[in-house]
Amino acid sequence: MKFITAVVKPQRVATIKDALHEAGVSGITVTEVDGFGRQKGHTEVYRGASVTVDFVQKAKLEILAKDSDAAKIVDVIIAAANTGSIGDGKIWVTSVEEVVRVRTGERGETAI
Amino acid sequence: MTNLQISGADTAWVLASSALVLLMTPALALFYGGLVRTKSTLNMMMMSFSAIGVGTIVWILWGYSLAFGPDTGGGLIGDLSHVGLAQTLDTAVGAEGHQIPTPAFVMFQMTFAIITVALLSGAIADRAKFGAWVVFIAAWITLIYAPIAHWAFASQGGNGGWIIDKLGALDFAGGTVVEINSGAAALALAIVLGRREGFKRDAMRPHNIPFILLGAGLLWFGWFGFNAGSALAAGHLASVAMINTQIATAAAAMSWIAYERIKTGKPTTLGVASGAIAGAVAITPSCGFVTPLGALVIGLGGGVASAYAVSLKYKLNYDDSLDVVGIHGVGGVVGMIGIGLLASKAANSAGGDGLFISGSPDLLFKQVIAATTVAAFSFIGTWLIATVISKTIGFRVSREREMMGLDTVEHAESAYDL
Repeated sequence: MKFITAVVKPQRVATIKDALHEAGVSGITVTEVDGFGRQKGHTEVYRGASVTVDFVQKAKLEILAKDSDAAKIVDVIIAAANTGSIGDGKIWVTSVEEVVRVRTGERGETAI
Repeated sequence: MTNLQISGADTAWVLASSALVLLMTPALALFYGGLVRTKSTLNMMMMSFSAIGVGTIVWILWGYSLAFGPDTGGGLIGDLSHVGLAQTLDTAVGAEGHQIPTPAFVMFQMTFAIITVALLSGAIADRAKFGAWVVFIAAWITLIYAPIAHWAFASQGGNGGWIIDKLGALDFAGGTVVEINSGAAALALAIVLGRREGFKRDAMRPHNIPFILLGAGLLWFGWFGFNAGSALAAGHLASVAMINTQIATAAAAMSWIAYERIKTGKPTTLGVASGAIAGAVAITPSCGFVTPLGALVIGLGGGVASAYAVSLKYKLNYDDSLDVVGIHGVGGVVGMIGIGLLASKAANSAGGDGLFISGSPDLLFKQVIAATTVAAFSFIGTWLIATVISKTIGFRVSREREMMGLDTVEHAESAYDL
């Protein structure tokens, strides 16, 4: 089993969610996060004074997937999140030892 | 009641104007509250609301009497004959045919004292002890505001305040008393209290710009009472003052963002709100003395002058946190000088003609004297009051408490539960 984490532009979340839904993904977790990557922060001007905002708002998506589905899900996210401009984000995949569905106690891939 | 010829229309207008001007202080609380960081929002707003509370009490006990009681000689200050509002309940003020009950006038002028001291709080955002601020309000209205209000507002048949009755400088609604006074006092306060921790180093973004726009909008609305109400009669002069207020405020909102667009590339919502205030400030002394086109020029000039002036604090290294000097001080000077240049008897036959109308610099000269004297008295007096408070009860919170934010350390509250 795989755990897919994607940090993306907040304004792409709706599109990504729809694409994942269409690809048969049954659940995602979304968190609002702040951070910086190669894009760095941005500058705002208040009454003529420049203010550097170090952290950029991003959305973090987390998805549990079967081993066989992981590569396809990553492709779906790339397609939906890509705007071609700096700050589109990052996706990484890690292995998961165990998944449990709390209600039924099912374990492993059937719990995904 | 003695046999007074009270004008119902004029009284109604002054009563309504008093309510309009009072609204400006909660509006200022929103304007200032939005400009600071979340951790000191409530403290910022509390400084305005406490100005309403303390200002009201001081005004009725002795402030009104010092400002508008019979002159004690020399045009410097009123006497104590109206302490506790004695001899005001059954009397009237105003020109013949336009008399209003004295309590209406007391109320109207009270709202001016309140907003003026509240304005100063912007210079010392995020770092003043609340208790010290309360003491400061009472001391400042008594020692600084009341005398200056007497100088410029207390017309007593040639024997009242020196600016209005002897010098003959023109100040319709408080360019000296409210604007230049608050600007100079703000500078003194900012210097005595010192810079905020992290000034010029940390990003200090306004935390709620919609608050700022709401506050600016309500200030704009209230300013009609401030300026048009200062005619103290519901007639021609109030109407001229109102249209001029609208023109200059709108013009400055646009000239500020035009300046921004050229200087930094983007017109900002904070700029449009700040510009509106700068324009309303600049037209405050002049609204009853200039033509609508004069008001347009003063508004355009006031917006640009203040947009430029707010950057000076970084160069001069004083932390007038919310730009009281740049907006109220500079705007007030623009308005006072604007009268000296653009005043026209076509707008107000009881006013004067400025340099551009009459060719004579007489009025301009008087305006400069009034502006510089008020600025000097206010700066020195405020510096002394703030220094005494600093050395006795302390005016500034500790570094640690400042870092934590004044809302929790001074009031045990947070503005937001997010």
